[in-house]
Amino acid sequence: MFDIAIIGAGVVGGMVARALAKYNVRVCILDKESDVAMGATKANSAIVHAGFDAKEGSLKARFNVRGSEMMETVTRELGVKYKRNQSLVVGFEHEREEVEAIYKRGLANGVKWLELLDKEALHALEPNLNKDLTCALLAKTGAIVCPYELCIAAVGNAMDNGAELVLDFEVASIDKKDGSYVIKAADGREIETRYLVNSAGVYSDKIAAMTGDADFSVTPRRGEYMLLDKECGNFTERTIFHTPTKMGKGILVSPTVDGNLLLGPTATDIEDKEDTSTTPEGFATLFDKASDNVANIPVNKVLTSFCGLRATGSTGDFIVKERDGVVTLGGIESPGLSSAPAIAEYVEEIFANKGVLGEVKKDYVATRKPAHYFRELSMVEKNVIISKDPAYGRIVCRCEGITEGEIVEALRTNPVARDLDGVKRRTRSGMGRCQGGFCSPTVVELIARERGIPFESVTKFGKGSVINYGRTKGDK
Amino acid sequence: MCIKADLVIIGGGPAGMSAAVAAYDAGIRDIIILERDKSLGGILRQCIHNGFGLHRFKEELTGPEYAYRYEEQVRERNIPFKLNTMVLDITPNKIVTAMNSEDGLFNIQAKAIILAMGCRERPKGALNIAGTRPAGIFTAGTAQKFVNMDGYMPGKKVVILGSGDIGLIMARRMTLEGAEVKAVCELMPYSGGLARNIEQCLNDFGIPLMLSHTVVEIHGKERVTGVTIAKVDERRRPIPETRQYIECDTLLLSVGLLPENELTKSAGISLDRITGGAVVDQNRQTQIEGVYACGNVLHVHDLVDYVSEESEIAGKAAAAYIIGKSAAGTSIGLTTDGKVRYTVPQRITAKEDVTVYFRVADVYRDVKIVVRDGDNVIISKKKQKVAPGEMETVTLTRQMIEGMSGDTLSFSIEA
Repeated sequence: MFDIAIIGAGVVGGMVARALAKYNVRVCILDKESDVAMGATKANSAIVHAGFDAKEGSLKARFNVRGSEMMETVTRELGVKYKRNQSLVVGFEHEREEVEAIYKRGLANGVKWLELLDKEALHALEPNLNKDLTCALLAKTGAIVCPYELCIAAVGNAMDNGAELVLDFEVASIDKKDGSYVIKAADGREIETRYLVNSAGVYSDKIAAMTGDADFSVTPRRGEYMLLDKECGNFTERTIFHTPTKMGKGILVSPTVDGNLLLGPTATDIEDKEDTSTTPEGFATLFDKASDNVANIPVNKVLTSFCGLRATGSTGDFIVKERDGVVTLGGIESPGLSSAPAIAEYVEEIFANKGVLGEVKKDYVATRKPAHYFRELSMVEKNVIISKDPAYGRIVCRCEGITEGEIVEALRTNPVARDLDGVKRRTRSGMGRCQGGFCSPTVVELIARERGIPFESVTKFGKGSVINYGRTKGDK
Repeated sequence: MCIKADLVIIGGGPAGMSAAVAAYDAGIRDIIILERDKSLGGILRQCIHNGFGLHRFKEELTGPEYAYRYEEQVRERNIPFKLNTMVLDITPNKIVTAMNSEDGLFNIQAKAIILAMGCRERPKGALNIAGTRPAGIFTAGTAQKFVNMDGYMPGKKVVILGSGDIGLIMARRMTLEGAEVKAVCELMPYSGGLARNIEQCLNDFGIPLMLSHTVVEIHGKERVTGVTIAKVDERRRPIPETRQYIECDTLLLSVGLLPENELTKSAGISLDRITGGAVVDQNRQTQIEGVYACGNVLHVHDLVDYVSEESEIAGKAAAAYIIGKSAAGTSIGLTTDGKVRYTVPQRITAKEDVTVYFRVADVYRDVKIVVRDGDNVIISKKKQKVAPGEMETVTLTRQMIEGMSGDTLSFSIEA
């Protein structure tokens, strides 16, 4: 029997798990996928929004502003890369009023360090912008973070403090039984818990419905992205938004914490909660709209394109409520990543007020070793490590310079990587210019070795995503 | 630690080994080859098909056999090499930073450096293929590694996009291993691979080569379940009415090779926009004196025989540089008309015989390769057919270079 079960191991569920694992309660995190961070968390804009977008008085505004304030500390504790690179909302002359309205909304939301820029100041800050842009809002608290890195670190830290992670657990039903809930998975497994947190992203309406709450629905909003080579990583220093529309914050151009350039997202409402395919229309829109903001985007430097589904709730705001021991975190679309620490803080407060949490664990550890510590070390420090463990002297991913030692660590550290994409998200092996062409056979070998499974059982991302079908003729 | 060496060779594939042997034979002893893989040979190790060495050795060798001929020469001369060693950085003043398990991270101050890092395959990203992102999408070379080195089958029903040589070779290889290769789609109206590979790898096995076709959508959530292909118009845009679905579990990509020049750039050497490799003179010397480049890191070759030939030039020149010899100087730039896409070398700095390698932009029939010094035609060579997949050469004699009135040689394809 768990005290609290969290459904959905995205960045919201992960941050909630971390907040609750501080206490003497038994916490589990359930997810239908084979790894954490597999939904919108692995495919979003990777931005810590300053908080000027959301309507005054909304939950989005409240959690965003607070989350943005908390993010620097949270990422430091978790050893996650974070960069306050600032953001700009840019506009053409006919959009000046809108830019000024966003400035006012930001002030009303309590966002600090906002500044309106004229044309000259704007282009002096960012020389690669479209020269026709004439006005901008500069948000000095705007920042970038890697969302899946944050989620993995949060879940890892929660696990280090005793939380349990249950993967490939697709919730099929939730039944109330003598003051607790029985959560049944599609494969028949059962988990019993006293309290429940629903952080199931695009499925948060379905999970809510299983607990008898049919008050809201969630529409997946497709967002396509393109990631460009590190050669383009300093194309802009700040995150460049265009003045927003009602479908979202428009298409942004932003450097990432890992040094790439990101374009996206498009915004199309769809039916299918699993359809993360990219479209030719999406590619065209991305280039077209991104060019409104920056000039001469090096389109031939696209490393990969991907698509995420934002969980757009039917109320227009986040749906955050507690009823009958179930905390619902529904419709957490943008600015969900920025809000995640604040939402977690709020959930912690809910359970504290209900008297569920009790004392903080004596051996609670708030921090986690940075996943990327090795590459930050000096030559001398690296050589000390290599002399103890030769695996750190063997580079597996030549594009990103990732060693066997780092990959093995990712396969042994909470939450352990179990497949090729899991290693990729934890180490960046396979994320560089050759996109895994050279390193993937070696990584497959390391996964097989560390997990003690046959080579051909290693998958790309769990379930049926097999990479090899068995031996060749001569090796049978 | 910072050790010193006369000549550091980065890469122990066919280019690095040929260069090492040539430099040794020209009198250099203090050589070190740094190779990232666990043995010498480079990509040839996984190219177990034959067809290598026809020009060099007048016989048909497999890739590993060809590589071994050079490895033997390296071993006979006791030329030192470090395996499992990754070079991480080169500075403009020739300090090479590398790492391996035994020595850790270390620096070598070199008198001369030969860049022989080879190339990599163009990945799917820049193609912007719509659809899902399941398992089962590989570059042809990655699939070749799984099959030939690891002994595993990455697919059963295969579609190949791109008709580069590795794609063609893998079409045959996968077929021999029992897979069904349903089609090879090529965006261009001609193949980028060697004519002999189209014959021996596709036609002999009845695998259709669909020219002017591309993959427009990938299907399947966990593993590839199929691809949608379409014919493209003359501007290479897919024609919607021609879309057709092909059921398959694997998509292999053979859509181009890119010289791997990250280290070259870290040394501050500028690259040729067309080749993706350094700009070099007839000695394969880059803009930094004493730094040379050869093999696929300089420009992508169709035959390894030419890689060896080019690398010997670089090895000999590096030796001469270390010893302090130099030939009588000149300064000639080589230009192209667009039909000739590029030349290697791009400039000539000495009055001696120079073989110029180049590739053309399209398939041209019954044409002449023309080299001019100003308006003066100095070479005119008839060709029945030239194609982008096959490298061309012309040789400029010392007399031609000495007799030049201008300082530019222009290369063109003419009717």
